[in-house]
Amino acid sequence: MTSVQSVLVVGASAAGLTTAEALRRKGFTGSLSLLGSESELPYDRPPLSKQVLSGAWEPERAQLRSAEALAALDAEFVLGDPAVGLDADNRKITTASGRTLTADAVVIATGATARTLPEQRGVRGTHVLRKLEDAAALRAGLLSARRVVVVGDGVLGAETAATARQMGLDVTLVGPQEAPMTGQLGALVAGHLADLHRRNGVKLRGGVLPDALHTEDGAVSGLRLSDGTELEADVVVTAVGCTPATDWLESSGLNLDNGVVCDAYCRAAPGIWAVGDVARWHHQGLGRLVRLENRTNAAEQGLAVAADILGDGKPYVPVPYFWTDQFDVKLQVYGIASAVARAEVVEGDPVEGRFVVSMTGPQGPECVLGWNMPKQARLQRAAVVDHYTRPRQPVTP
Amino acid sequence: MKITVEEDKCCGAGQCVLIAPEVFDQRDDDGIVILLDATPAEDQYEQVLEAAAVCPAACIHLDDKA
Repeated sequence: MTSVQSVLVVGASAAGLTTAEALRRKGFTGSLSLLGSESELPYDRPPLSKQVLSGAWEPERAQLRSAEALAALDAEFVLGDPAVGLDADNRKITTASGRTLTADAVVIATGATARTLPEQRGVRGTHVLRKLEDAAALRAGLLSARRVVVVGDGVLGAETAATARQMGLDVTLVGPQEAPMTGQLGALVAGHLADLHRRNGVKLRGGVLPDALHTEDGAVSGLRLSDGTELEADVVVTAVGCTPATDWLESSGLNLDNGVVCDAYCRAAPGIWAVGDVARWHHQGLGRLVRLENRTNAAEQGLAVAADILGDGKPYVPVPYFWTDQFDVKLQVYGIASAVARAEVVEGDPVEGRFVVSMTGPQGPECVLGWNMPKQARLQRAAVVDHYTRPRQPVTP
Repeated sequence: MKITVEEDKCCGAGQCVLIAPEVFDQRDDDGIVILLDATPAEDQYEQVLEAAAVCPAACIHLDDKA
């Protein structure tokens, strides 16, 4: 492999920034550019639904790095100018303002965009939560609201419901699952999470979907659910998942299928890598294509991609991990539990509000969950490492 | 190298302990970071740099000049 003299990172959030920093740390001295669609300096997303939304933090506190640290990176930041096209053969990027940028190595780190309900377009009082500006708009909305309905019972929906409730609002959490986050946590722990929300005054409406949005003078006034229930609302937050931001790659010739499809080294094409929420790579431990939307993957994958750009890459085989903080509970989740996995409390006691659960699938332990036991859950993580790092039959992407 | 951590920003993910267990630990009760060694030996630098890089709360700060 000829040595790389220039790297262009498309996306200036956690994944892109970590990749750039890792390149410098590993001794890369060539030219380094980061292209960002938003005009803000790189900021962190997990606090948006918690500390920034609640007002505990000023938005500036969510910045990922200080101005000095960014300056020390010796990189060119081109912000507020989204990429609109990629010529993959020549590794040439076109931006919305008409710039063209090329580099020996291109890293696609454009993340994902929040899905919306078609009927919420243009309706005041409806919100998504993905960007800093979304958090500011939602916070402003919540401050003058009384009743909020959160649509979506995944991590973001559950966190947003908890934060809004702690701000004193009347909160209803609506979603298709029996209990919030059942898909990620399994029924046992999701049941405890539902109890936690109820105890804190969140109204849960499980097993339903939104059916119609009611408006008055262009502002949201309520919601009808699929079971016929009518809910009043001054604010509706939709947290119904994300779509990988690959629109700008439609004519690039790259393989796009629920993300940028990559090999085990996170390579999408010669000289092109993908990292973070947008990357769907071949996880050799799991023997299938995986795309992870979580903060720790953004950073870990950034390190892996930086190493591979510099010719020192290894297949990327992480143990997936995410955490969530809701009310007074810290949840840690190592691994991905399959739907058939059996749950067993292996440490602590749910009655005491602190416990660790191990989830065992057909091939052995595959997931460890901590409920207010972050350290103990991390120690139990060792039991699932094998499940993710042992190579399996390769698949052809 | 001098390490400082912002405890009130720490989310208890424990990534730093997985990478540099001689330098970082977690409190038993809430998982918040414990800095075991604020001025680690040079053979720890690489792990510490990586721990700071992947910290999902960006709460590990390094002063290279110290």
